[in-house]
Amino acid sequence: MPESMIKEGILATDHTNADDQEEKKILFYHPIEIETNEKIRNVGLCEAIVQFTRTFCPSKPAKSLHTQKNRQFFHEPEESYWMVMVVRNPMVEKPNKDGKPPTVEYQEEEIIDSVYGSVLQQCYSMYKLFNGTFNRAFEAGGVELLIQKLEKFFYRYLQTLHLQSCDLLDVFGGISFFPLDKMTYLKIQSFVNRVEESMSLVKYTAFLYNDQLIWSGLEQEDMRILYKYLTTSLFPRHTEPELAGRDSPLRPEVAGNLFLTGPVNLKDPDAKFRFPRIIVNTEESYEELHLIVYKAMSAAVCFMVNATVDLSREFCEQLDGLVGPQLTLLASDICEQYNINRRSSGPEKEPQFKFIYFNHMNLAEKSTIHMRKTASVSLTSVHPDLMKILGDINCDFARIDEDEEIIVKAMTDYWVVGKKSDQRELYVILNQKNANLIEVNEEVKRLCATQFNNIFFLD
Amino acid sequence: MSDEYYLELSENPVQFENASSVNNVFFDEANKQVFAVRSGGATGVVVKGPDDKNSLAFRMDDKGEVKCIKFSLGNKILAVQRSTKSVDFINFIPDPPQSEFSQECKTKNASILGFCWTTWNEIVFVTDQGIEFYQILPEKRSLKLLKSQSINVNWYMYCPETAVLLLSTTVQGNVIQPFAFKSATMSKMSKFEIELPSVPKQAKLSLSERDIAVATIYNQLFVMYLKHHSRTTNSPGAEVVLYHLPREGTCKKTHVLKLNTTGKFALNVVDNLVVVHHQSSQTSLIFDIKLKELEGNVNVHQPVLPALSINPYKVPLTGPAAAPSQAPVPCELYSSSWSVFQPDIIISASEGFLWYLQVKLQPTLNLLQDKGKLMDFLLRRRDCKMVILSVCSQMLVGGDKGNLTVVATVFDKLNQVYKEYLDAEQAYSTAMESGPSRSSTCKRPVRTQAVIDQSDMYTHVLSSFSEKKGVKHKFIIAVLMEYIRSLNQFQIPVQHYLYELVIKTLVQHNLFYMLHQFLQYHVLSDSKPLRLATANDEIVEVLLSKQQVLGALRFIRSVGGHDNVSARKFLDAARQTNDSMLFYTIFRFFEQRNMKLRGNPAFNQGEHCEEHVTYFKQVFGENAMMKQVTT
Repeated sequence: MPESMIKEGILATDHTNADDQEEKKILFYHPIEIETNEKIRNVGLCEAIVQFTRTFCPSKPAKSLHTQKNRQFFHEPEESYWMVMVVRNPMVEKPNKDGKPPTVEYQEEEIIDSVYGSVLQQCYSMYKLFNGTFNRAFEAGGVELLIQKLEKFFYRYLQTLHLQSCDLLDVFGGISFFPLDKMTYLKIQSFVNRVEESMSLVKYTAFLYNDQLIWSGLEQEDMRILYKYLTTSLFPRHTEPELAGRDSPLRPEVAGNLFLTGPVNLKDPDAKFRFPRIIVNTEESYEELHLIVYKAMSAAVCFMVNATVDLSREFCEQLDGLVGPQLTLLASDICEQYNINRRSSGPEKEPQFKFIYFNHMNLAEKSTIHMRKTASVSLTSVHPDLMKILGDINCDFARIDEDEEIIVKAMTDYWVVGKKSDQRELYVILNQKNANLIEVNEEVKRLCATQFNNIFFLD
Repeated sequence: MSDEYYLELSENPVQFENASSVNNVFFDEANKQVFAVRSGGATGVVVKGPDDKNSLAFRMDDKGEVKCIKFSLGNKILAVQRSTKSVDFINFIPDPPQSEFSQECKTKNASILGFCWTTWNEIVFVTDQGIEFYQILPEKRSLKLLKSQSINVNWYMYCPETAVLLLSTTVQGNVIQPFAFKSATMSKMSKFEIELPSVPKQAKLSLSERDIAVATIYNQLFVMYLKHHSRTTNSPGAEVVLYHLPREGTCKKTHVLKLNTTGKFALNVVDNLVVVHHQSSQTSLIFDIKLKELEGNVNVHQPVLPALSINPYKVPLTGPAAAPSQAPVPCELYSSSWSVFQPDIIISASEGFLWYLQVKLQPTLNLLQDKGKLMDFLLRRRDCKMVILSVCSQMLVGGDKGNLTVVATVFDKLNQVYKEYLDAEQAYSTAMESGPSRSSTCKRPVRTQAVIDQSDMYTHVLSSFSEKKGVKHKFIIAVLMEYIRSLNQFQIPVQHYLYELVIKTLVQHNLFYMLHQFLQYHVLSDSKPLRLATANDEIVEVLLSKQQVLGALRFIRSVGGHDNVSARKFLDAARQTNDSMLFYTIFRFFEQRNMKLRGNPAFNQGEHCEEHVTYFKQVFGENAMMKQVTT
């Protein structure tokens, strides 16, 4: 059970300045059943650790605490607000002779700090996307409102966290871009600009195809978390019924266009025109927006409209009428171009290698290790041990600013290569038993030349 | 007011002595010369051409009333018809004028209707019984018959541009027999019939030469027939029916221009537009036969623009009554004394003026609301460039702003013409390279004004538009991207300055993520990376001016230009922020760069960073300087 990995999730603040009332510092505590005194004790411990480590480095307090059974992660997303996540170390039970109870061995080194540290940060970003900052809620409705919001959000969100399948990709939090020729890309630009012009309520637009991003009018950081939401939550919810078969009771659509958020059926007289609200640009303008996600074939477009405007049936019908036909045409254009490009690149052989690429500048990520992302699991095609090596190399890279390259021979005859140059990181797993170091190096060079001269990697 | 008239008379008309009882006036369409013949020539013949080169004056003997008088091409030989039996000639080479010689028509009992020069020394006599084609031997003062054709002729019409002669034959006159002439040869073209509005009850001449005109439109020869309104048919008004007359093959009715009114009309052709003057309403209509109508038969055309008068025109008073100080008086337009000649000539014989009719394009901007149609119309006009560019400017700003769909349509139309020209140019240079044998068949393409290239758009439209205050930057970027999209669609390589304009606009509005996405998809890429470097410099400049020193450094690093940038520029900017940690960071960055480039952290003399080095030592101390690693 993946849930079992999270032992505790705590959100606390010293914002209230109520030193005498320790309990009031706790805004959210999972699991809820824990006794108040224990909660207070644990929060007190965390506070102590953070305060203590702060004396060594005021600007960078502790991020994690390793213990035998658990690992604790600390994150201060806003001043005086602390998020703590306690993750259980995996255990192995070793059977003992003589009928003695088995000894439990904790694998203290299995969990990678950067992965779960990122997961904690992602929790905050996701909360902020839909609820805004903690402080805003606190200012608007006091601690009561904040607690209410936190409970509402995290109760559901924690259930969707699948900590066991978290890996390097969670560290990157990247965006997969759809490879596209210039002309089709320009057509999409033109489409977006024209829709934004004729539907002046639309403030930002994002365009995705095949769950990969093509265009974002939102800023990078906002797009990063919205992309995460779309690809791991919203899209899977809508594609899975399709996979399940035709009898699916959910959203009966016949390969047509539809709103993935908001009304299921525009023609339904009782349809509600309510859309999820998201909050972006929290550092500057703090904008609240309706999130309209519209899909035609494999193309999905997010239209973001100022939330102070109430969206009506007329607006949705107008949008549907304007966007529907154009988007369908565009989607089939993209599909055609994509197929042409794929064909011209020749028949795809099962490659001898798998890789993960990430560019810190544009957050572009590409992985041939991960098969498919769904709401429930992220499937990888390689052994967890190899994933662990990737995580470790990444930690090494994070420590130093210089460009470097690490080549590891794994226990299982695999070679693992990590390359970092400027803002880019590349991890390759090669399955060449008898290759030597020089050959592996050559192979990776060849791979860079063939795989990364394509459209993504300008740099 | 005068801004709305789209037709005007040329400013400097050809002036001649007005027609009177003693002064006969003739016009020759071939040389565009007006002949004023006083007293049969005895008191002088004054010839006025479109420019002074073609003007001359001479005397000739009065041998009776002159019916027709024309020079051959280049004013070499003058032909004068005074009777129905013969034509007289006067050599103007080598010296004018020499004594006359004469040629009678060969056909017995035939009377000469007129004559046309086809070259400098070849002439066709048209008689009521046929045509006679002669070559003149000026030194022998005689003519040689080249060819003749016998046919009953009611009247004739000649197109000097194409050397095609039309003969009206049969009793009703509506069967036209054309002939084409070319140095000493004459060829019969296939005859055709002009559809009359109704079948006449008795056999009589039903097609008048007044209702026929011949002109070349878009390099094709057309016979234009003014088909009057007929009560028997249901047509609501008169029409102009165009018959296309190809060099070879049959003549076909191809276009119908709807006049939607009745009355007296006259035709001109100006800049490939058919102009129809309507006398009773004193207005003119223009038609463009290439403009496709949205509904109905493609070959039925409505006027491009609403009917309007020719721009009012004032003439200075002449004659003994005129005093120099007197103001010019308005000229009577659409006067009954006007004669209209092809293609674009209007003559007032009674006042002594010859005007060229001209089309003004600027007023069409406000008369034609559909920008796509307007563009189609303008792109086919001769002096269209500045007008097109002003349409483009107009549609981007102000109250008349078009939406992006309109902008896209206009860009696509411009780039279509641009692309055709580029292709023709390309084909020409390929042909030239492949050898002179083939290149002789291939002419260098003419660049018309309709070719609006990227530099035109940049200079006249886009650069000023992108800096216009009060225009939303979103719209500016959308327009620039739309233009780039259109160029790409026509596979025209995009010039670097357009990319620079996009980049500049994005940077000015802090839209770095957009910029990054464009770069990522190679939308803003250039075949020559050096050129993009200038755009990068600009980005850096803008960032530095906004004191975003780290941002500038990050940017230049992302495009790989940090080895070549001026360290001084960055250090200057860092100093200005008064942020000593920032200065430290920047300084250290360049020390490391120097280390990487030259193995020494010190700045080169040429970099002029001494001042900053001193400052660094002052603030952080000598020891903070990076040391050279000695090996």
